[in-house]
Amino acid sequence: MEIQDIIRPENKVYSAPELLDQNVHMHYCPGCSHGVIHKLLAEVIAEMGLAEKTVGVSPVGCAVFAYNYIDVDWVEAAHGRAPAVATAISRLWPEDVVFTYQGDGDMSAIGTAESIHAANRGENIVMVFVNNAIYGMTGGQMAPTTLVGQKTATTPYGRRVDLNGHPLEITNLMAILDGTCYVTRQSVHTPANVRKTKAALKKAFQNALDKKGTSVVEVVATCNSGWKMSPEKANEWMAEHMFAKYPLGDLKDVK
Amino acid sequence: MAKIKGAVTVNVERCKGCNLCVVACPTDTLSLQANEVNDRGYHYAYMSNPDACIGCCSCALVCPDACIEVYRVKVD
Ligand SMILES: Cc1ncc(C[n+]2csc(CCOP(=O)(O)OP(=O)(O)O)c2C)c(N)n1
Ligand code: SF4
Ligand code: SF4
Ligand code: SF4
Ligand SMILES: [Mg+2]
Repeated sequence: MEIQDIIRPENKVYSAPELLDQNVHMHYCPGCSHGVIHKLLAEVIAEMGLAEKTVGVSPVGCAVFAYNYIDVDWVEAAHGRAPAVATAISRLWPEDVVFTYQGDGDMSAIGTAESIHAANRGENIVMVFVNNAIYGMTGGQMAPTTLVGQKTATTPYGRRVDLNGHPLEITNLMAILDGTCYVTRQSVHTPANVRKTKAALKKAFQNALDKKGTSVVEVVATCNSGWKMSPEKANEWMAEHMFAKYPLGDLKDVK
Repeated sequence: MAKIKGAVTVNVERCKGCNLCVVACPTDTLSLQANEVNDRGYHYAYMSNPDACIGCCSCALVCPDACIEVYRVKVD
C-alpha cells in the first residue's frame, strides 16, 4: 500500500487541534512542555464544546503569550495575580469556565497568596500549574520548586537547603484546603502521560461546569533551555529526579 | 490476518526539530532531516522509514508544536 492511499481524510486518526491556530508560530523553545500542555487544553476545550464559554487567564512567565495561541477568550494578569483575576471573572460570569495557566514562579513565588487563597475560598476555577522547577522566562533562576542540588543561574553550585530553603510542594498545600475538589499531578513526557494529563484536564473542566470548586492540575514539566539539556535529556532528567519530590497521581478527588 | 498500516504528515514549517517525536516512535519510523532545514532553520522531522509506521499516534501526542497528523488503515 502506498503512502498516498493511507493519507486520506477517511483514515485520519489524529488531527492538530482546531483551537490551536496552525498559522501562529508558538514562541516556545524546541521541545518545551508548555506546547504540549497548550495542545491538550485546545483539545479538551474543543471536545467539551466549551470554546465559546471558556476564559483563560495567562500568566507572566514563558506562557505570557498563551492568549495568542489558544483561540478562546483570555485576560493577561500581572505576575502571580492570575487566580485573583480569575476569581473576578468567574464571579461575574458564573456560567463560564475560567482557568488560570501559571508557572511555578507565578504560582509558588510571587503569586503564593493569590493562589492559596483562591483555592481556599474554593473559587470555581481550574488552575493549570506548569512546574518546571525554574524561572524559564527570565533566564533560568531558582524557583521555590527547584530541587535540592539543582543548578540554576542563581544556584550555580546547586540549591542548598541552608541557604535557599526546601523545594515548595504547593500542590500538596492546595490539597489540604477545603476549597479544592480535585488536585492532581501529571506530566507530558510520554504518550501515556500525555493521555493522562488530558483526562485530568477534562475532569477539572467538568468540575468547573458542575461548580464543584477549585481544581488544580499540576504538570511536572521541563525547561530544557533553562536546565541546559536537550529536550530528550530534560525528559529523562525530570523522570529521574523530579518525580521523587513531585510524585505523579491524584492528591485529592472529591466525588 | 488484518495488518495495520499507518502514515503521518509533518507540518514542516511549524516543526522545531526537537526530536521528541523521533524518541517517542516505537517503530523507528521518524528521523530529523540531516541536511534540509525549514524557513526557521530547523532540521524538521520526516518519515525516514515509512513502511514501519503503525499509526499509533505516539509521535503526535508528544509533539509540543502540534505538527503531526496521523492516518491509519487496516489491510487484509
Ligand atoms: C511583578 C513582577 N516581578 C517579577 C517579574 C519578572 N519575572 C518574569 S517571569 C518570572 C518568573 C517566571 O517563572 P515561572 O512562573 O516559573 O514561568 P516559566 O517561565 O518557567 O514558565 C519573573 C520573576 C515580572 N515580570 N513582574
Ligand atoms: S525557557 Fe524553558 S519554559 Fe521557556 S520556552 Fe524555553 S524551554 Fe520552555
Ligand atoms: S504514528 Fe506511531 S509508528 Fe507512526 S510515526 Fe508516529 S509514533 Fe511512529
Ligand atoms: S515533536 Fe514536533 S516539533 Fe519536535 S521534531 Fe517532531 S514534529 Fe518537529
Ligand atoms: Mg517555571
